[in-house]
Amino acid sequence: MEILVCVKRVPVVGGKIVVTADGQEIDTRMSGFAISPHEECAVEEAIQITERLGGAVSVLTLGPAAAADQLRDALALGAGRAVLLETDGREWGPVATAAAIVAQARRHTPGYDLLLLGNEAADTGDYQVGIRVAHALGWPCVTGIKHIEISDGVVRARREYRGSEEAFEFGLPAVITVKEGINLPRYPSLPGRLRAKRAAIEQHEPPWEADSLRMVGLRVPQTERKQATVLGTGADAVPALVALLDELGVLP
Amino acid sequence: MTVLCLVEQDGGAVTDASLRALTFARSLAGDALLAPSTPPGAGTAAVLFGEAAGVPAQTLASYGVSGAHVVEPGQLAGYAPLAWARVLAALISETGASAVVAAATDRGNEVMAHLGALTGLPMAASCVSAVPAGPSGSGQWRLVRQRWAGLLLEDAVLDAAPALLTVAIDAVQPVPADTPATLAVQPCQPELADGDLTVRATESAGQSGGISLASARVVVGGGRGVGGPDGFAPLEELAALLGGVVGVSRVVTSEGWRPHSQQVGQTGTKITPELYLACGISGAIQHIAGCASAKHIVAVNKDPGAPILAHAEYAVIGDLHEVIPALVTAIRARGVST
Repeated sequence: MEILVCVKRVPVVGGKIVVTADGQEIDTRMSGFAISPHEECAVEEAIQITERLGGAVSVLTLGPAAAADQLRDALALGAGRAVLLETDGREWGPVATAAAIVAQARRHTPGYDLLLLGNEAADTGDYQVGIRVAHALGWPCVTGIKHIEISDGVVRARREYRGSEEAFEFGLPAVITVKEGINLPRYPSLPGRLRAKRAAIEQHEPPWEADSLRMVGLRVPQTERKQATVLGTGADAVPALVALLDELGVLP
Repeated sequence: MTVLCLVEQDGGAVTDASLRALTFARSLAGDALLAPSTPPGAGTAAVLFGEAAGVPAQTLASYGVSGAHVVEPGQLAGYAPLAWARVLAALISETGASAVVAAATDRGNEVMAHLGALTGLPMAASCVSAVPAGPSGSGQWRLVRQRWAGLLLEDAVLDAAPALLTVAIDAVQPVPADTPATLAVQPCQPELADGDLTVRATESAGQSGGISLASARVVVGGGRGVGGPDGFAPLEELAALLGGVVGVSRVVTSEGWRPHSQQVGQTGTKITPELYLACGISGAIQHIAGCASAKHIVAVNKDPGAPILAHAEYAVIGDLHEVIPALVTAIRARGVST
């Protein structure tokens, strides 16, 4: 089982998001970076699948040179091979990103059995890269998956939708996008970290292409910041709380 | 211009998310209807998958929908995202639609992404607004869309005809049209290609077995302050008394205290209840992204400086382990039981 996991480097935002003065990006001078949460679970899922069925995990990212950090995070967890599609810092849209992933997937011989991505990137939230990759490769695709079983080349995948469960069954090769909750990602081991530090990273520099959806600027939505009215302290506040729930019409 | 809108149904009714998408679609079609050269037949057309006899005609008409293209189960049964996108692609050619709209639900985003891949068109997810930027039909749009699950807004320009858009459901209210339309229902014969049904969902009842977090009227939230997997019983009891469900913060699911399906937030579920009672939740912005559309937020927290208090309307400063059982007792004393 040859699996390619596509991950994205995103800022870790804490208390609030701050945009740079030119409105073109998030101010990350004070923040760290990490693999986008759904994709962190995609890496874990790929490792678990190869632990059960054998095979190897490759991890791919498209991003600035510093995105090598996120590849090394994945290598430390058990990915065997890493590819950086290095950008010049400009933002790539979902169409161009998908095309770059497809080109890289085709470059690999004998070919992957499974591509795993996150359901959507935490930052841009485009919800489409995996599907566009699947179309270009002519492979089936399911998104938002919370459970994967594979046997004899057949995938059984499940997800939740509006309180019910949806199950899918299809053959490999395939593209699956996953959601956080499919597993609990492990922590890297010390030997894993050391191995990742020394590992070679394959690099390519695909040319940037404009998408026909162009970002003009970013802004933080204006929300009225309230300061909560304090009803009271501890259990003494319960009568006021009951009166409030009654007033809001939520008491049966 | 004609705007196609994918309409999802739940038990024969249009989902709340799709009502919001229909409102958005009508505003696009309406902007263009003001143009002098409006062709006949322009307006909002719904695309539905289900029995033609069961089309929620009254709701659609009240939202200004003039046409309903219906794909019956005899033609295409079950949810198959690529096949649904194939139907929309054919309807684009048939109607000359200037835009295709769906709610930014899991299904809406998925079908529209397939449609984008099938047609080679860009797809803009989680739109808050869209206005034609050039002359009608030029295919230029100015968009505002959500990033970071709504914590950040993106102003963007889209060059595409038709525009493929999904609608941020927490940014658009469902509003019926001033004057209802007259609805014409047209059965739709899809021409599917090989492989369109390779991925098709088999649905079964989920474990939650009742109210889903996304549509609950009351959500009782629990965070790190709950202290561990054993601390949720009073929250469950309170939720049951109020006819609601328990939701949790990310730390609770990443610690494995509760299943991920209960997570409220950017990587979990966005909720829109009447009341969100956030207990022992500090209020990281990824959590706020999931609960900001609650009508009323009440926080129970030991820390008067917790960030959640800047997003809550009311607060009780105190330990949830003391406050919630006392609240349960007080509500039961009013004769309420589960």
